Amino acid sequence: MSNAWWICKRDLGALLRSPIGYVIIFAVLIIDGLLFNAWAVGSGARKSSEVLEIFFYCASGSTMLASVFVGMRLIAEERQTGTLALLATSPVREWQLVLGKFSSAMLFLSLMTALTLYMPLLIMVNGRISLAHIIAGYVGVLLLGATSLALVLLASALAPNQLVAAVLGAAVVVVFLLMWLLSRIASPPLEDVLAYLSIHDKHFRPFQRGIISTQDVIFYLSFTYVALLMATRALEARRWR
Amino acid sequence: MIVAEQLTKYYGDRPAIADVSFTINEGEVVGLLGLNGAGKTTILRVLSGLLLPTAGKVLIDGLDMATEPEEARARIGFLPEAPPLYPEMTVEAYLRFVARIKGFEGAIDVAIDDAINATDLAAVRQQPIGTLSHGFQRRVGIAQAVVNKPALILLDEPTSGLDPVQIVHMRNLLRGLRGHNTILVSSHNLPEIHQVCDRIFVLQEGRIAAEGKEDELARKVGGTARVRLEVRGSAQELSSTLASLPAVSDLKIEREGDGFTLAQVVLDGDAREELAARLIQAGMGLRRLERVEVELENIFLSLTSGEPEVRS
Repeated sequence: MSNAWWICKRDLGALLRSPIGYVIIFAVLIIDGLLFNAWAVGSGARKSSEVLEIFFYCASGSTMLASVFVGMRLIAEERQTGTLALLATSPVREWQLVLGKFSSAMLFLSLMTALTLYMPLLIMVNGRISLAHIIAGYVGVLLLGATSLALVLLASALAPNQLVAAVLGAAVVVVFLLMWLLSRIASPPLEDVLAYLSIHDKHFRPFQRGIISTQDVIFYLSFTYVALLMATRALEARRWR
Repeated sequence: MIVAEQLTKYYGDRPAIADVSFTINEGEVVGLLGLNGAGKTTILRVLSGLLLPTAGKVLIDGLDMATEPEEARARIGFLPEAPPLYPEMTVEAYLRFVARIKGFEGAIDVAIDDAINATDLAAVRQQPIGTLSHGFQRRVGIAQAVVNKPALILLDEPTSGLDPVQIVHMRNLLRGLRGHNTILVSSHNLPEIHQVCDRIFVLQEGRIAAEGKEDELARKVGGTARVRLEVRGSAQELSSTLASLPAVSDLKIEREGDGFTLAQVVLDGDAREELAARLIQAGMGLRRLERVEVELENIFLSLTSGEPEVRS
């Protein structure tokens, strides 16, 4: 376990010492702020809870986008610069490497998400929303972020470089995002399966409305677990190349 | 002690190494010599645990790389051809990170100091690695390979890309590691292998074509011996005297003058005594007779081309 922690610490430090981390935070705050002002608040009269729902809807999108840029480098960058050889010839198990990498990126996404907190607080001060709604919405944003991050990390474990990892990761995230569209043209029982696999549509909406539903939490956690497990297996398989 | 048993590694249908077996004793410095594509890097990758062999076994201090991979890898220090460095980290922070993920259990501060002293990095200890010169970065690469005090240090082409001054520094550094560490160093740089290693494996097409100390390898090339001699008399006299000696296969006059001749002679087998007897018998004053070291380059060319070649 300590190996995962050392890797997590080093990775987070590298991200916070390099410009890329700040550029991602800056971009997400700009996008969220813009959408908050122009759409959630500025497009006609709304109930404050509706404003908060739109904010979480926007935040879910920008978090998924950020997860692609944070996740693409996680393993592909190490492979590109040759440092993966250091980790692979150390007594670090593959799951420790994946867990360390995932944790560092997740901590970064959490920090980034925490910086958007001023927007819900503004709604709270000027309107009537419950703290529970804010908490539920952020839990949903972070769970969705973890899921898309795990998918991009899997792409990063498979790809030869960061660019391929970004394109592959983004493609996989978008495919799982649009599963609900596919489910419309599929016939049963595939219809239900595809609708269930859609990472945003059905599963995120309750959080957006302020409801933490156990089945959706389980969906996101198990989805994340499977993606991380596959990334671990992909790394293990590389020794057999 | 490091044991490799019948290691074979295929990349697709192509065997990169085939049936390679060897043992490296504690404290030995062994060189892996071979042309590009001979399988040097593959052997190091398999020994380091980076790749699993298609067949065969690697034992590091008795630990099987296949069944106890983490324990075996904890005893390895590996410098790949491109040093695995994080440019944003300082030298010290990087070595601390490496020592930790290698599971080093002793005093980490002491281990870092030792690695920094061994590689002469004290002056740049707190500098980000990305700001260091190529030569310094190579040294940081060596430092990370030794920081966890491993049972085996694997160095893949440690001098590649260095300028002549840096190569001398690197060679001195490797000499400094001698005696305290078991090292396997791969190279296509012949002088580097020659000057640093106790034993050499010559690799050819994924197999060990020859193994041994430099003079043992020289004998395997075909038993020729090259000697330098100085005699009283002219080059012509020397040439006619040696013409009747069947063991002499080549004669090269290096200098002639003041009544003396300096020459190099290639003998089939070690026929030095016979040569001396013949010269004295012919009344030529023999002033010097010494064996010239056969250059490793010749041995290497002979072993890898399959035909003995002796340069004159």
